[in-house]
Order: sequence, then structure tokens, then C-alpha cells
Amino acid sequence: MALRYEVVYYHRQLESGKVDVMTGNESLADESGGQARRKAVMAVLAHSATADIEGRLGTIALPAHEDLREPENGLVMVRGRVGGDGAPFNLGEATVSRAAVRLSTGEVGFGYTLGRDREKARLIALCDAMVQSAELAGAIETQVVAPLRAAMVERRNRKAVEAAATRVDFYTLVRGEG
Amino acid sequence: MYVAVKGGERAIENAHRLLAHERRGDRDVPELTLAQISEQLSLGVDRVMTEGSLYDRELAALAIKQARGDLIEAIFLVRAFRATLPRFGATEPVDTGAMQVRRRVSSTFKDIPGGQILGPTFDYTHRLLDPQLAEGFAPEAPATGETSTGATPRVTDILGRDGLIEPSPVADADAPVGDLTREPLNFPADRDLRLQNLARADEGFLLALGYSSQRGYGRNHPFAGEIRFGEVEVEFMAEDAGFAVPLGSVALTECQMVNQFKGSATEAPCFTRGYGLAFGQSERKTMSMALVDRSLRARELGEEVIAPGQDEEFVMSHSDNVQATGFVEHLKLPHYVDFQSELGLLRKLRKEFAEANEAPPMQEAAE
Repeated sequence: MALRYEVVYYHRQLESGKVDVMTGNESLADESGGQARRKAVMAVLAHSATADIEGRLGTIALPAHEDLREPENGLVMVRGRVGGDGAPFNLGEATVSRAAVRLSTGEVGFGYTLGRDREKARLIALCDAMVQSAELAGAIETQVVAPLRAAMVERRNRKAVEAAATRVDFYTLVRGEG
Repeated sequence: MYVAVKGGERAIENAHRLLAHERRGDRDVPELTLAQISEQLSLGVDRVMTEGSLYDRELAALAIKQARGDLIEAIFLVRAFRATLPRFGATEPVDTGAMQVRRRVSSTFKDIPGGQILGPTFDYTHRLLDPQLAEGFAPEAPATGETSTGATPRVTDILGRDGLIEPSPVADADAPVGDLTREPLNFPADRDLRLQNLARADEGFLLALGYSSQRGYGRNHPFAGEIRFGEVEVEFMAEDAGFAVPLGSVALTECQMVNQFKGSATEAPCFTRGYGLAFGQSERKTMSMALVDRSLRARELGEEVIAPGQDEEFVMSHSDNVQATGFVEHLKLPHYVDFQSELGLLRKLRKEFAEANEAPPMQEAAE
């Protein structure tokens, strides 16, 4: 518990620029590196469909685990900023699901995702727990996250090239004899 | 005064049964699926999410289906659903500058970094009904183009570099972000509360107010500095995980209005701004919101408050279509006792009036 609060505090200091990642306490810097990896995995999973995550997880042997927090639905208030970059304001809420899973080896994973799919939150929590295990992290990355990330990038690229085709190319009409 | 009226239970039950039947319509016609509503009536879904103040496409589609396409009724249903779930907290403020842009136009600069991207828009269509759509129509696959690797900075950031436009108000770390769903509104209201109110506000109401401000009811001569629509990542500071976890992305539309100069003896003139932000592709909504946001800044900018669009109490008290419809539509509910008392009073007054007029004129003269 104490470590958790320390991490939260450290994270806030990082965000506010009070602590530089390079000069921070060594063990916490390691923790922060681990967090960055976990965040990157969570981001890919949050953007993936439940069936796809489930299908990918089916290709690896799952460790023994239990629900630390039963998957549940709730809301978060989505905030924007005045003018896009100013003081925050409350835009409106969004549905979210969350869960927590503990492996029999002790790693605790958390799953959060937009929407009301509780199973998806549970699967994300399971993956997050496995990412923290030295033995399982490799399999999760290569068998689950990497292919889902490739699919996510592919979807984004497709949208990007579709939008790019609607970019306006201005040209000037030459009138008269010049 | 409201009085409980009993005796209509069977009629009410049968009315709801009839409603369900009418909602289904001709049973030879296939039933609508939520996916069809979400995919093919997507701008209606966006409006219900924005004014229902809940980002969840599937729920908004369900609400539209249940409300038979009555969007205000659907918004009402979504608002009521919100109350059934606990709130885990607030997200980190989203960064619209990092949006994966699907549409982005500026009416102030032709050559903006990242370019003018029209995206999926009704603009420049001829507004002629298309008979092809009536017969089942498979559109061509969208064209593809080369993506630019450059960033798409907000136009206001570009103007801001030269100090030509006022900066956005900075966050006060000590002041909590106002939330009108948690505390009752008090006036004068700060800009965070005003923007929350406008984000949930009825599009038609804001459109009319924005239009009135353009026509001269309040001084408002803006340019659409930028309108952008696309996906924005959302993060939530999860206390249990100990860091800001990614939740996925939401589609947002943002509008930056650039308004007339303002200057004083101590401040150099610069452009001022109005801001609009909404869920989904909600362009008319965000443009109207930005117009009204700017006109509501009259007090702050030392402008004379002469028009409805500048009066925050007027605007914020009447912008919510769920509140408005509740008060307007309650008139159709039984008011039998109220009306009886009015009727009794009216009969008494009429009787007195008749008696006064029937009195012989001579008697009046004698007095």
C-alpha cells in the first residue's frame, strides 16, 4: 500500500515536471519503466475487440489466477480543456468497465476500458498481471499484444489514408494573358 | 400543486402496450438493430451521446430505438440511465491537439500545417434528395491518399505564438473543476461550468442563440478558426493501478471561434476566442456552442450585456432540453384540482361582475 501511494505521488511529480525521469530515485525509475510498458499494453488492448483478445489469449497457456475485483461497470467524467489547452472542464460522462486479477504467483493486474464489456476489462487485467511476470511477459507481447497492435495500427492507417484523400490541394487559376 | 390521480392503471398499461406495437410498426418490415442505428444513423447517436452527456454508442442507439427516433426523449432516457451507475472519477483532460484527425478545416488560414482535410462532410453537397439511397445502395470504397507525417497543430496555437490571440485561461491547481451534475448552479458561473452546461445543451437552442448573436443581438463577429473531428485518447488516473491507465479513444468535435479585437490602455488588442467541444461528429453543435461561449464572456471582457445570448442566467437556465421538456410537457398531466380552484375563482369573479353591471344606474347616481 505504501509503495502504491509513493508511486502515485511520484507519477504526479513526473507529470508536473517536478521530477525528471533520469534523475529520479532508481527503483522508482524502474517502476516507471515498467509502468510505461504496462500502459502501452493496456492501450493496445483497450483498442481491441474482446473476441480478438480472447482468441489471442487462447493461443498461450494461462497461469492460475483469481479475480481480485469482480469486473464492474461504472462511469468516468470525461474532461476537456478550455480552448483545447487551458483550464479543465467537465465535458460529459462515459461508461467504463474495470477489473483486477491476481496470479497465483502474486502479480496483480488492472483492467480498465471504455464501454460496458466487463469481460474485456477482466481480460485486460489478466494480461496486465501477466506482463508483470518475467516468465509470461514475452509470450503476452509476441502472441497477444504484437498482433493486436499491428491490427490497431492497420485500422488507424486505413482511416488516415481515407482522410488524407480529402485534403484540399489549392491551386491558383491563371486568368487572362498574364 | 400536483395531486395523485388514481384509476388510470389499466388505461396506462394498455397505452404502453399500444406504444410498443406502434414502435415496432409494420411487422412485415424487418426490425431495426442497434448496430444499424449506430452505424447508419450515427449523427443522431452522436447528438444523443452529447446531450445525454454519456459516451456509449450502443446505449444511445438503444435509446433512439426505444424513443421511436424522438431524440429529446432518447436524451432523457440516457440521462436517467447515468444515474444507475457509480462514477469512478474524472479522466485526465483530453488532448485535442493529439487527435487522430478525420476532418479539419479552417476558414482563417488556407495553408495550415497538416492541411485542410474535408473528411466525411455534407459541405459542398447539393442538398438534392438521392433516389439511389431509396433502393439499396452500395457506395464505392473511399479513396486513399498519402498521409503527411507532420503534426496538425490547433490553429489557435499558431496565432498564439505571435500573441495575436488571447491565451486560454490557465488551470488553477487549487480550484476544483466545477460539476453541475453534483452541485446546484449559482450565478455568476465560471467558464468551466458554462462550458459543461453548453456541452449538454440543446443543439437547437444554442443554434438559435448563436444565430441571434451573429445577427446583432450582442456583438459577435467570429471566424471559424478551426473545426476538427477525430479520435482522442482518454486516460484515467486509476488509484489502484497507481498510474493513468489508457481507456481507449472517444470521437470528438472541437470548434475554435476567433472573435473581434479587444484592447485597452494597458493591453494590446488581440483576437478573443469562443470554444466548443462535443462527443462524436457534432459540428453544428460545437460551432453554436463556441458562439454562445464567446457571447457569454461579455461580463469578463467588459462588454455591455444587452442580448439574451450574453445573459448567462437566461442561457444556462433554459439550455437543458431534459429540464425544458419536463416543465413544458408536465402541463399535459392531470391538473384537475388546480383547474377546479381556478374555475371556482373565475365563476365567483364573473358573478360579481354580472351583479355590478345589473345594478340600476339610478342607484349608482344616488350614491
